[in-house]
Amino acid sequence: MLGHKRVHQAAFTLLMLVSATASAAGGAHLLHMDVDLGNEASLQRGAKTFVNYCLSCHSASYMRYNRMGKDLGISDDVLKANFMFGTDKVGDTMTVSMDSEDSLKFFGVSPPDLSVIARARGADWLYSYFKTFYLDENRPFGVNNLTFKDVGMPHVLWELQGVQRLAHVESEDGAHHTPTYADLELITPGTQTEKEYDQTIRDLVNFMVYLGEPIKLKRGKIGVWVLLYLFVFMIIAYMLKKEYWRDVH
Amino acid sequence: MADLGKKVVDGLYGLRDWVDDRFPLMQNWNEHLAKYYAPKNFNFWYYFGGFALLVFAIQILTGIWLTMNYKPSAEEAFASVEYIMRDVNWGWLIRYMHSTGASAFFVVIYLHMFRALLYGSYKKPRELLWLSGMGLYLVLMGEAFFGYLLPWGQMSYWGAQVIISLFGALPIVGEQLSLWIRGDFVVSDVTLNRFFSLHVIAFPLLIFGLIGAHILALHEVGSNNPDGVEIKKNKNAEGIPVDGIPFHPYYTVKDIFGATVFLIFFFGVVFFMPEMNGYFLEHANFIPADPLKTPEHIAPVWYFTPFYAILRAVPDQLGGVIAMGLSTTIFLVLPWLDRSPVKSTRYRGRNFKCALVLFVISFLTLGWLGMQPVTPLFTWMARFFSLVYFAFFLLMPFYTAIDNDKTVPDRVKN
Amino acid sequence: MDNSNVDKSRRRFLTAAATVVGGAGAAAGAVPFIATMTPSAKTKAIGAPVEVDISKLKPGERMIEKWQGKPVWILRRTKEMLADIAAQDGAVSDPKSESSAQPEYAKNEYRAREDEFLVVIGICTHLGCSPSFVLKDSDNTPADNWKGGFFCPCHGSRFDLAGRVFKGVPAPTNLVIPPYKFITPSRLVIGDDSEAV
Repeated sequence: MLGHKRVHQAAFTLLMLVSATASAAGGAHLLHMDVDLGNEASLQRGAKTFVNYCLSCHSASYMRYNRMGKDLGISDDVLKANFMFGTDKVGDTMTVSMDSEDSLKFFGVSPPDLSVIARARGADWLYSYFKTFYLDENRPFGVNNLTFKDVGMPHVLWELQGVQRLAHVESEDGAHHTPTYADLELITPGTQTEKEYDQTIRDLVNFMVYLGEPIKLKRGKIGVWVLLYLFVFMIIAYMLKKEYWRDVH
Repeated sequence: MADLGKKVVDGLYGLRDWVDDRFPLMQNWNEHLAKYYAPKNFNFWYYFGGFALLVFAIQILTGIWLTMNYKPSAEEAFASVEYIMRDVNWGWLIRYMHSTGASAFFVVIYLHMFRALLYGSYKKPRELLWLSGMGLYLVLMGEAFFGYLLPWGQMSYWGAQVIISLFGALPIVGEQLSLWIRGDFVVSDVTLNRFFSLHVIAFPLLIFGLIGAHILALHEVGSNNPDGVEIKKNKNAEGIPVDGIPFHPYYTVKDIFGATVFLIFFFGVVFFMPEMNGYFLEHANFIPADPLKTPEHIAPVWYFTPFYAILRAVPDQLGGVIAMGLSTTIFLVLPWLDRSPVKSTRYRGRNFKCALVLFVISFLTLGWLGMQPVTPLFTWMARFFSLVYFAFFLLMPFYTAIDNDKTVPDRVKN
Repeated sequence: MDNSNVDKSRRRFLTAAATVVGGAGAAAGAVPFIATMTPSAKTKAIGAPVEVDISKLKPGERMIEKWQGKPVWILRRTKEMLADIAAQDGAVSDPKSESSAQPEYAKNEYRAREDEFLVVIGICTHLGCSPSFVLKDSDNTPADNWKGGFFCPCHGSRFDLAGRVFKGVPAPTNLVIPPYKFITPSRLVIGDDSEAV
């Protein structure tokens, strides 16, 4: 029961701190962000962060550059100049620039493909993950993550966010409590302010949600027309049924 | 213009007569539609059989189109599904219709089966109708199980691994049997390839044949109805049941309306929530199958969870497998367990009504429990509701025999 | 059952309305199923324009490239070859390529942007076989007085060194010229002829 209470306290603190609600899905509390796929500028910024920081080690091998360009309003020339580093064919998929054997040597595992990672993990998980790296000397890259314990990835965005550490994990009686997001504190500021970094991450997650299912931008719009049609047909079908069933007494 | 129209219509009638001289066209039309007399008092619950047929058509159609781009190999399967979702024009729609259709199939089948329980549609003379329907249900479970492996995600893989291992629990033959099903020491490319074959050819053919048998059996004995009155016992001078109306046009127009309402819900899911919060498309299935790493929490798709909960409720491995097997097949003997002379719940006594309510509650609760991680409380709940589930069937000969049933009227009520 | 006081016109109208609206819906529903069988984004990406280095191609030689999965021949024609083409205007059925398929810039005597280089899709316009390249002095020439060209083994169609079809063979039109452009004198792009480079 005590553990339960602590979790609730932590969630409450978090709510005050980052003005985000914590969801209790799966027992772990995640930071929440509202995904906004209608914001094209945000998607474009997210795409830029993605190709600059993620794509050097991770692939997104089901996504084609020109599909992204078409969906996000980026012309082929801008794509080639600012988004594509490993290839010059706009129809290519987002394969990784790093050799897979090199990455295996470097990280010990080959970094997973990120095409559908947002569908597997969910936006809130990604949002939390990008914000909860902290210093941990016991890890190969000197960082650990509160959302993904003992992750095999360095904090690629540390220059932007700065460096966080885990504070007061040890309470007065010397007992460790499970660290929560509220225990993170920024010790070295990055090139972005906390607010700017938050926006960078929101853009990135927005983009990754798009990346997971590109048709999400359009399927709702098509769906409205389909349902409208079905409603009209339903009315006609109902009148037809009523008309025939006047025979039945 | 009017002349031309008349000529076209005459021509069409001529063509019909030409065919009819060589093929029993009108005979079948009359037998199954225009002169098939159905009770006039069908209610809401009588839509679901037609919906099931509609979903079957959707699955066959979308399945054929998916097969055009899907690759049944461990190397390519996951990627080919994403290829369909992204690169193939409209592939996403066809895939979502198929994945939503799988769940929709079970939704309408469960409701269709509940209707049979509610109005005693399994009782004499409809035992074979019920058995062919149960056969359809069991084959459909196999079809869904095979199909779920095909996207080759983590849930596909480990779900198949767990279910096939169930057969391994059987004494003596178990180990060999599960090896035979997989064709390999673990679920692998070999398994995927044979499941693909069964999913796209063998089982659809079986379902198709069983649907035919189901409808033939229905049209032989005639439909039951919410009053559980046999309308054939009350015919007029021309030999037409007085409480019957021709299926066509009355029930065709009614079912067209119903199907449209169904499609509104169906496409509502397809276009606006195809994952259904992880119930129709599980999140972990967006991670490619990894034979070396089981996901932290695995649960079958929602339509299998009541039986999965029963499996987990039994502390013994073999016992659990047997209990699960029985929980799906015990429906087969239902016509012979029910001793009441009354079909419809409308005229049944308190015993059956209570039993049915308890059964539905236990079925739904077990379904929910089957999705939850194992905790001591949940395990005890699963045991309790498993007992209720089986008691519904096993005690049926007793509580239906002594039920205080009401008198069934001679004619259906409006 | 009693249909004595049926309003037949209303019934007929509603049936017609349901048929028309339902039919329109069914037709619209068929669109995705038909459209899904057109080339996918991946197929289009594979069929994207290809860049070819022709610096090593010697006069009189032919090289084969693949574009959209189809063989594209690049033939570097000698002066003699060009003269042979001009001499055969009377023997081919569409000498000015009036009824054949080619971009505007290849609708000329030699069917090319640069007279020296023939870029042509190597698929017979009859029924889709790929003709073979037969030089003037080969052992097995497909016709008397053969001045070099292409011969389709499937049904015997013959084409000259500009891909023009000879008279009296089953192929109806000249070989198809794909869109292409030179980006340098020795590099060309097949499948793209847009002006912006």
